[in-house]
Amino acid sequence: MNYKNLFPIFSHHPELAFLDSASTTQKPQAVIDSISDFYSHDYANVHRGIYKLSETSSELFESSRETVKNFINAKKSSEIVFTRGTTESINLIAATWGEENIEADDEIILSTLEHHSNYLPWLNLATKKHAHIKKIPLTDDLTLDLDAYEKLLSSKTKLVTITALSNATGEIIDLKKIITLAHKFNATVIVDAAQSISHLKTDVQDLNCDFLVFSGHKMFGPTGIGILYGKAEILDKIPPYHTGGSMVVNIENDTPTYHAPPQKFEAGTPNIAGTIALKQAIQFIQKIELKNIQTHCQDLTSQARQILEQYPNLTIHSPKANNSIFSFSIEGIHPHDISTIFDSENVAIRAGHHCAKPLMEALKVPATARLSLHLYNTPQDLDKLDLAIKKCFKIFK
Amino acid sequence: MDLYSEIILDYYKNPRNKTLLETANKTATEFNSTCGDKITIYLEVADDKIIQARYQGDGCAISQASTSMLTEKLIGLSVKEAQELKIHDIFQLLGVEINPGRIKCATIGLIATQKALKI
Repeated sequence: MNYKNLFPIFSHHPELAFLDSASTTQKPQAVIDSISDFYSHDYANVHRGIYKLSETSSELFESSRETVKNFINAKKSSEIVFTRGTTESINLIAATWGEENIEADDEIILSTLEHHSNYLPWLNLATKKHAHIKKIPLTDDLTLDLDAYEKLLSSKTKLVTITALSNATGEIIDLKKIITLAHKFNATVIVDAAQSISHLKTDVQDLNCDFLVFSGHKMFGPTGIGILYGKAEILDKIPPYHTGGSMVVNIENDTPTYHAPPQKFEAGTPNIAGTIALKQAIQFIQKIELKNIQTHCQDLTSQARQILEQYPNLTIHSPKANNSIFSFSIEGIHPHDISTIFDSENVAIRAGHHCAKPLMEALKVPATARLSLHLYNTPQDLDKLDLAIKKCFKIFK
Repeated sequence: MDLYSEIILDYYKNPRNKTLLETANKTATEFNSTCGDKITIYLEVADDKIIQARYQGDGCAISQASTSMLTEKLIGLSVKEAQELKIHDIFQLLGVEINPGRIKCATIGLIATQKALKI
């Protein structure tokens, strides 16, 4: 099935093979329309005005929270906090839960695959608190070494924070195993679902993770909207992140009383239009169904692998069972040059370290080229990929 | 594609002045944050003149060619002349204009040079 026509960008760029969805996804018409419709018909601030328009706006805003709650199967909608994105969600956890719970000599386990947004907040916190970062290494077949993970766990482990789907290699992580083991040591678990959220089913109750974070813009939604899911009993206990308007119940004698979650964590006027459009993005996914997205992307992933494996001088830095994402390098050709040559063939890919320097160190390369697939990609896009690779070899012969 | 001209590819495959300069008295390193590439420039300056220029570091064809060509141009320039070099001068060396996304690749050597001269 061809889903390309659901995304207006491709009617303006009919030749474009967009293979950079791990960076951000294109937007379907329904999401684009919802932003314009909201500003045209229903716009006012939320949770403030005692007038109809503000009430409508607030209802739309809160119904988006309900949609997110159902999409990831949270127990309560108060467990869903709106943020600017995955990066802010993780920084929020580090600055609140982390500040209160990480102490000297504690250990934070994360993987070699983590994006900088799930690495730097913890590295900085660990430095400040004299705690230690332990990285789960990769095996020779480039999958996460779960045996090594088990050995890293101890009574010192306070936190395990882990990606659900690597943004650089496309590995699907065995979250259930990781979470179950972590909880045996009473460690808190954060799942970075930024890449997985639009590819794989997410059920926070089934996973039993303590926090889960993702962004709207990698799931066909707008930029500037992200989600922090936290178990109610944890969110209740931790202090606010930003302080300011609409998160405080009362202040007397310079003593503030804060709202219950999620309001406690949502200071200031939020990204209202983005939040409302996120609901459209989720409904778009639900209408197509995640299982169909998965089948579509898995078919394309196998086809892409066949193409890449044709070339002896091309190295794939992704494990055998990857989902939609390939890192690769071509001998003698820098990823930036690969990307520029691909662009001349209308193939958009990412070149660089993919904000995953620990992984680049493990792979012993400074950077890689990365292609990532999604719903709107077609076998024709992969034909273009093949031509673009051939052109690289021709130019750098 | 104009970008990958024979001359650029030649400098990429056979870079000139790509070696450590023991006599350097001005040196600086610059990073390209998107790909992690790193270029170190070595300059030997005497009487306000650059008498020797070398570089080290791996990178893409554009960063290697532009830095290599730049080191050739730097030799013999006054410090002031080197400090006044602009992006346009790099385009002239490369014989092609570079897209915004690749500007840092083209200017990494120049930025390192001007950083070294400031110290």
